[in-house]
Parts: sequence; C-alpha cells; structure tokens
Amino acid sequence: MQQSNAYIITFSVILTVVLGLLLSGTSQVLAPIQKKAVELDTKKQILGAVLAPSEIRSMKPDEILDFYDNRITSKVVDIEGNLLEKDESGNPIIAENVNVAKNYKMAPEKRMYPMFVFHKEGNPEAVEAYIVQVYGAGLWDEIWGFLALDTDLNTIAGVTFGHKAETPGLGARITENAVQDRFRGKRLFDDGGNFQSVAMQKGEGRDYSDDDHKVDGLSGATITANGVNAMFRNYLQAYKAYFDKLRDSGASESLALN
Amino acid sequence: MSTETAQAEVKKPAEGLLSKRRKKFITDPLVDNNPITIQVLGICSALAVTTQLQPTLVMAISVIFVMVMANLTISLLRNTIPSRVRIIVQLAVIASLVTLVNEVLKAFAFDMYKELSVFVGLIITNCIVMGRLEAFALGNKPYDSVLDGFGSALGYAWIILAVAFFRELLGSGSVFGVPVYDSISGLFGEDFSLATNGLMVSPVGAFIILGLIIWVQRTKTGYVEHN
Repeated sequence: MQQSNAYIITFSVILTVVLGLLLSGTSQVLAPIQKKAVELDTKKQILGAVLAPSEIRSMKPDEILDFYDNRITSKVVDIEGNLLEKDESGNPIIAENVNVAKNYKMAPEKRMYPMFVFHKEGNPEAVEAYIVQVYGAGLWDEIWGFLALDTDLNTIAGVTFGHKAETPGLGARITENAVQDRFRGKRLFDDGGNFQSVAMQKGEGRDYSDDDHKVDGLSGATITANGVNAMFRNYLQAYKAYFDKLRDSGASESLALN
Repeated sequence: MSTETAQAEVKKPAEGLLSKRRKKFITDPLVDNNPITIQVLGICSALAVTTQLQPTLVMAISVIFVMVMANLTISLLRNTIPSRVRIIVQLAVIASLVTLVNEVLKAFAFDMYKELSVFVGLIITNCIVMGRLEAFALGNKPYDSVLDGFGSALGYAWIILAVAFFRELLGSGSVFGVPVYDSISGLFGEDFSLATNGLMVSPVGAFIILGLIIWVQRTKTGYVEHN
C-alpha cells in the first residue's frame, strides 16, 4: 500500500511528538532520583579514600549520606591556594558539584580544585585527613581518583581510583584494593619539602617499601600506570600552594573550618 | 442483528494462550534458530558485556524488555506505519525504549549504569531487535509478536549468560562476584592456588567461548549453513 506524502508527514510528526513527550516526561520524573544517585556515587567515591570498601558496602545509602554530612566538609581552592566561594555570577561554588572533567580542559591556573576535609569522629574541630581530587587520561579514556592525606599534608592515608574504559584485568586493576593499598604510607614531599609526587614503576612484584615515592607498578598496564602518575603530578602540584598555606598557619586544624 | 450473530457462529474457537504454534515462537529461538549461534546476530554486545555475570544479567533483562515492547508497539501500529518510512519508525521506537531503560538504570542502579551505559545504548543497533521487527512484528498480531520478541531475546540472553559464566569463572575466578577459585584453593591448603586466565577477560575470550558453544550446538543439532 502506497500512502500519500501528507499521510507520511502527519504520521511522522505525531510519532515524534508522542515519543518526545514520553522521553522528556520520564526524564523529568526521574531527574531528582538520578541526581541523588549521582550525589551518592560521588560521596561514596570521596569516602572511598578514607574508608575500607567493606565498610562502605555495609552502609545503606542514607547512612552514607549521613556519615558524609557529619564527617566531611568541603571547599574549593585555586592554584594559588585562595579559597573560591562564589562564581562569576555570584552563586556559591559547591565542591561536590565541581565538574573535574570540564576543569581539566582549562589551563591549570583557571581550574577549580575541590578539597574535602575528613573530621575525627565525635570531634568536628579535629582533622583526620585531607582529601583531594585528581583526574587524567588512562590508556583508552579518562581516569580519576581521590587521595587522602594525613594531617602532615604529606603522607598518603589512602587512595581510590575510578576509570571509564581501561582494559579489564590490566589497567582496570587500578580499582582493586590490593593496588590502591600500595599507595598508603607513601610521601609526596621529600625531607627538604620539595615536591616529588609518587609514581608507579614499570613492572610488577618488586618491593618498594623502603622508597617513599615509588609504588609497585601494573604488569601489562604501563600506560594506565603512567596516566596515574601524570594525574598525581599535575594535580598535587596545583594543591601545593594551598597545602603550604595550611602548614604556615600552623594550626591546620582550625583553618580547615574556615 | 441477525448477520452479526451469524458471523459469531462461524468464528473459529479462540486459539489457546500458549498453543503449540505459539510455543514455537518462544522455543525456536532458544536453540534451533538462536539469534546468536545460528543467525550470528548481536555479536558485538555479546563480546563486550560478558566479562562478568552481573552486568550481563542486567543487559539480558534490558534486551528482553526492549524487544518485547518494541515488537508490541510495532505490531499494534503495523497497519498505520507508512511502508516508505517504516525503518525510521522502527528505529525511533527502539531508540526511545533504549533511552527509557538507560534513564531507569541511571536512577535506580547507578553502578550498573556506569558500567553498562555505552552498551545499553548499543541495543539500538543490535540487529536482533530490528530484525524481528522487520521480519515478524510488521506482519503479525500483537500477542504473537510479543511472544516472538520474548523468545528471541531469551535466545540472546541465555547465550550471553553462558558466555559470561565461563568468562567470569575462568578469567576472574568468580561467579556473580563470589570468589569461587579462592574457596576451592582454600580446600587444598595454602600452597595450592588456581591461576586465572587473562585471555578470558579480553574480547578474544568471548570469541573462543562463543565458538565452542556454536561448535557443540551444531554437532548436536546437525545444523549446516546453506549457501
């Protein structure tokens, strides 16, 4: 059966409108739930730097959000170590909402650097760890992570990595606990206070426990490991100015609350 | 009035909900006319998502939903769809359904969404879905089309689940995330450990498993390709 052009056009228009309404309707209805899911996911990742994965898994979504609200405060700094509170149009900047991928495309001086402060249990004045966000490129696509530093702003208390499309079993192993645990206790600065970063080495299975800046690498995933090293170097340097300010103020604990 | 009653009398008794003919819609694609192993369609996603069972299960459920709903919609509209734009109409319906699935996953299973989102999007281009719409739903009644879509999707689902089972077991040493290898090793003392096979987590592993499944199946059914 051959239909007229008018029929075809009418059919197409009606179909488009119906499907369009259906999709935008669903999107509207689900948007708040999706927003909550994204928020929960971000907070889970941030907490992943200071909590064991089994601890996070044992908590219900509401408990995670509560825990986050009680123990973590956040702020945003620039490369010179100044606090950023309002954007150009005067809206408050919220660290959890900073899109690190978007910032990555800007020059390092223009980026916003989110910073999360993990407070001691039952004592919101005292700081247990500082958590910073890192971001970069792996072999296939983006990789990112959160890195928790002890109050000396030098020793790594824990890291958590995420990736979009690294090879399963090779580069994707950066999400494994065994790999992330290798970073714990390493130092960013040498005894003279110079920035050294920490770097995964080529090859796997060697013992680097006596070297503060070297981490056992990933066999078969050197490019992913190099990506991790690069994002550490790029981002931790950018936080250095703020770290210095915190240290200079002496009582880094009190400044954390400002 | 009288003509109407006369017509009703001539009408054949209603076909059973699961008559022999209809059962074949579901059972046929499971083995004899399996979309993956016989028709060799939908291979792309069969390779990509099957490194672990859990995402594979979510993928399988998504495909079943999309196929059943798409077949139903197209079948309901089959007499109104202009034949000249029917492919675009099919594509629009599939794409909308897939977007729905993606949105729902994002809201209620965010971890799965992160893992699968690219591949859920690829259901749109899964040849099985469009193949069934074009070959079946355009010419058959809604209920039959739903059964046909369900059967084909089930045929796809059990194959990718089988592939995922072997890939996760041999490649990661676990089943549904439960570390099977570790518990087996534990039975034989500390020095005993089973090595996982890195080949299985790469797409090559899926090709090998799939090839073996096709081989076993064709040996049993005696199926040969017709030229």
